[in-house]
Amino acid sequence: MAGAERMKRIGVLSLQGGVEEHINALLSASAKCAIPAQIVEVRTQEDAEGLDGIILPGGESTAISRLMERENLFPSVLKIRKIFGTCAGAIMLARKVEGAVIGQRFLSLMDIAASRNAYGSQLSSFEARLTTVFGTINGVFIRAPKITPMGKDCQPMAFHGEEVVAAYQKKGDRHFLATSFHPELTTTKFHEFFLKL
Amino acid sequence: MGTFAVKAGLAQMLKGGVIMDVINAEQAKLAEDAGAVAVMALEAVPADIRRLGGVARMSDPRRIKEIRAAVSIPVMAKCRIGHFVEAQVLESLKVDYIDESEVLTVADAQHHIDKWAFSVPFVCGCRDLGEALRRISEGAAMIRTKGEAGTGNIIEAVRHIRTVNEEIAGLKGMGKKEIAQSAHDMRVPVSLVEKVAELGRLPVVNFAAGGIATPADAALCMQLGCDGVFVGSGIFKSSDPERRALSIVDAVAHYDEPGKIAAASEGLGKPMDSLDVNTLAPEQRLSKRGI
Repeated sequence: MAGAERMKRIGVLSLQGGVEEHINALLSASAKCAIPAQIVEVRTQEDAEGLDGIILPGGESTAISRLMERENLFPSVLKIRKIFGTCAGAIMLARKVEGAVIGQRFLSLMDIAASRNAYGSQLSSFEARLTTVFGTINGVFIRAPKITPMGKDCQPMAFHGEEVVAAYQKKGDRHFLATSFHPELTTTKFHEFFLKL
Repeated sequence: MGTFAVKAGLAQMLKGGVIMDVINAEQAKLAEDAGAVAVMALEAVPADIRRLGGVARMSDPRRIKEIRAAVSIPVMAKCRIGHFVEAQVLESLKVDYIDESEVLTVADAQHHIDKWAFSVPFVCGCRDLGEALRRISEGAAMIRTKGEAGTGNIIEAVRHIRTVNEEIAGLKGMGKKEIAQSAHDMRVPVSLVEKVAELGRLPVVNFAAGGIATPADAALCMQLGCDGVFVGSGIFKSSDPERRALSIVDAVAHYDEPGKIAAASEGLGKPMDSLDVNTLAPEQRLSKRGI
């Protein structure tokens, strides 16, 4: 395993949610852009050590937040150089969260505002064609939040009509990527972008 | 809206989670605070449904609304097998998932609901692969084992998980003809069986349900390959629902770490009153309901 040390170590927070989908998307993205990556399922502090980046999957942000707290994962995840959050993961990243449960803790690292369940119940979940910086893709929105970039260094990466549904922010040497939809279900473009950061 | 990707997608996001039966807003809040990924809004938990007897039906819409108002996580509700009007009512109430459930009294002895006709997704119970695939071909976007609800006894859930696993493993190496025969025997489309053989698993998310009473029970189902668990009576019929709810959530998140399951299991108080499944009369076996 001599080469393994030089491989990028990318974690996927694996406490709850669409974990496997992200692992599969990462594997395909890694092959497509020829960036070898070691993928780590993160459930404990030890798992979160020495990661180049971490993906926070979709799931229920209330459950993910509580499980992270139980494992005292906030301090280690807060330090990770690049973080990619989808749906619930985007909520975890957001500096401002609307519709949070009392006492719910967030990473609050990225300059976006997230509004939980902004579209309504599951009956309002939908699939749509999205205009992204990578071209047109199909986006799946599941009880999705709405995200709004706050400030100029937070760039829109995808639109559904006029609405921003993905954003990217570089803060010093740190990178944050958030999508309100689930790119892991339909494309590897966002994972490729994340690997290259 | 209501595409299969969207219906199955919500179940995908529930993976690794615990869905808890609740009968009021207070219990729903407790479930959410404990880290449940969804709640199942009910009139009575399965253990009480068993005890009360009579016809068990869909919940009062008011109760469902109260529960929905109390939490931010998805709210599921049960309708009777084949009772598509109860399902229409639940859809009009904008529940996030409908469980066409054997825990309630069966409304139609011949037909399950045509779930393709709805925008809201459905979860259905199964005892074996054929039953799971019949429900999927009717439009179910999520499957769970039936287990034996309201008993606090895991034996039937384990039996159902193992049966589905073994039947899927049995498809491996089958030729085209055998797959077609198997599809015929299970009364499902050949293409669906081919898909299962190719994937080596059900094509939708598969949770365990029916008899989970402890963190170890929940972790057992996870280690046997389930994507998450439903806990019915196990939480609110125990002596300390709050601690038990937290512990089952922890055990599902860390299902393959015995040390963490041990920590989650410590000093939980009394589990729900349990039943030996062998003492149940055939008509008391909820898992036999449905076709």
